[in-house]
Amino acid sequence: MALLDFRPFYWVTGAVLAAITVQVACRRGQRRKWTTAAFWGMAAALYLGGDAMSHRTAGALVLAMMALGLSRCVAPAPAAAIDRRQRRASADRLRNRLFILPLLVPAAAIVGSILLPRVQGAHWRLVNPNEAGVVAVSLGALIALAATLRCTRERWTAPMTEGGRILETFGWLLFLPQFLAALSAVLIQLGVGNWLGAGAAHVLPAGSPFAAVAGYCLAMAGFTMCLGNAFAAFAVITSAIGLPFIVRLHHGDPAIMAAIGMLSGYCGTLMTPLAANFNLVPALLLDLTDRNAVVKAQIPIGLAVLAANIILMWQCVYRF
Amino acid sequence: MTAQHGAATASFSVGGLLDQLGAHFLAVRYIIVPVILVILVIGVLEKPGLQERAADLIRELRGATAGRVLLIYGGIRQVTVALGIPLGGQASVVRPLIAPMAEAAARLQQPALGEAAAQEIRAHAAATENVGAFFGEDVFVAVGAVLLIKGFMEGIGVEVSLWKTALWGLPTAFCAFFALWWRLRALDRRLARGAA
Repeated sequence: MALLDFRPFYWVTGAVLAAITVQVACRRGQRRKWTTAAFWGMAAALYLGGDAMSHRTAGALVLAMMALGLSRCVAPAPAAAIDRRQRRASADRLRNRLFILPLLVPAAAIVGSILLPRVQGAHWRLVNPNEAGVVAVSLGALIALAATLRCTRERWTAPMTEGGRILETFGWLLFLPQFLAALSAVLIQLGVGNWLGAGAAHVLPAGSPFAAVAGYCLAMAGFTMCLGNAFAAFAVITSAIGLPFIVRLHHGDPAIMAAIGMLSGYCGTLMTPLAANFNLVPALLLDLTDRNAVVKAQIPIGLAVLAANIILMWQCVYRF
Repeated sequence: MTAQHGAATASFSVGGLLDQLGAHFLAVRYIIVPVILVILVIGVLEKPGLQERAADLIRELRGATAGRVLLIYGGIRQVTVALGIPLGGQASVVRPLIAPMAEAAARLQQPALGEAAAQEIRAHAAATENVGAFFGEDVFVAVGAVLLIKGFMEGIGVEVSLWKTALWGLPTAFCAFFALWWRLRALDRRLARGAA
């Protein structure tokens, strides 16, 4: 059993979301104040009390949050004036110390993801190896936060007033990655993936090794675009198209097929807004007015690498 | 674990669907936790001028262009991910450091850089992070994708070698870097013409 799992980080995140709720509810001049506060309050409840509530309650809260978001009832904080001169002055004062602080996060992530999984005894371990990455980054962020507050001498409320404000501009889209991941998991359980995979296999000409490769790679990319998740598409498409056509019918190599097939799925991830944490969250983080700007920048790369993958697999999978 | 448990009681009723949605959502709550915590740090650091300082650093370099700054970052990202080093991230590195650096480099050439061009540079910064992370990851044996491939293939009765799977991620990794280079060169040319 793991001593350090996601729970403490869920509590910290829940506390942050609860603080945003209070911040919104107490703010003057906040648009759509009560629906916005209700939205952040429900998010806080899912993180603080998720393990204690029934799955049905959680599902209802998630749906209510998405409904509030879609009906534009969740408003961002009113814009704050940025004091450019003060920023310039403190940038000149703190100089390169400013870089050390954010780099603490990846530094802690590197050290943590190597060291944390190694700490273990006969019947216990510090973290589960699958969870080490997320735990290390989250720990790194908390360490960096403490160091930052000390070094910049900002007030202890600054993470909420400054960072919380950024989170508020994200609004409901902040939770879209989890929502879409949960939704695609539900759809897969209902068998939608197998049904679509069987349909794709049905239209594929059986006689051509090239068509098997092209069909498999295109279906990997296409499914990933529909589901927003290459791993889910991999399971469905590999059992529906990859194994029966490439491996069994044309005697292709399963390792080469799987490696390049998964990477074809990643090409799909580059080209879909449904991969929200990769494509949508960065657009918000970088203040892009076009929320699809990241996807648009990536489509030519996705298509080029997908074409390269098809040629690579066609040339290699039947040969090595 | 909770999601697996929810799966066992799958049904088509509205209540059953709500149960499943709730169970899966609770199980994947971790997805956004690092982003939320990192944004708190970045928010505090931006007040005393982190982005301004990142831009200063680039102004001291000669020959820097937006595309070159991004290509160097993409290359470093891809190599380090392939070695299993999780350096980078949209919230922790791209927003505070890479995007302002690329914008500052573009302003060296085009002092009157428009907002549309600045946004296009930032979108390419996010794209660089994604391409570097995705196509480096599959080369490293001890992370998600390669282990998932092996686990899934074993589950359906096909034995694949971990090392072979990782090795065959390499050709695509090179193609992806080449595609990135081609896109970023096009970006630089558009910026030089002032057309972006």
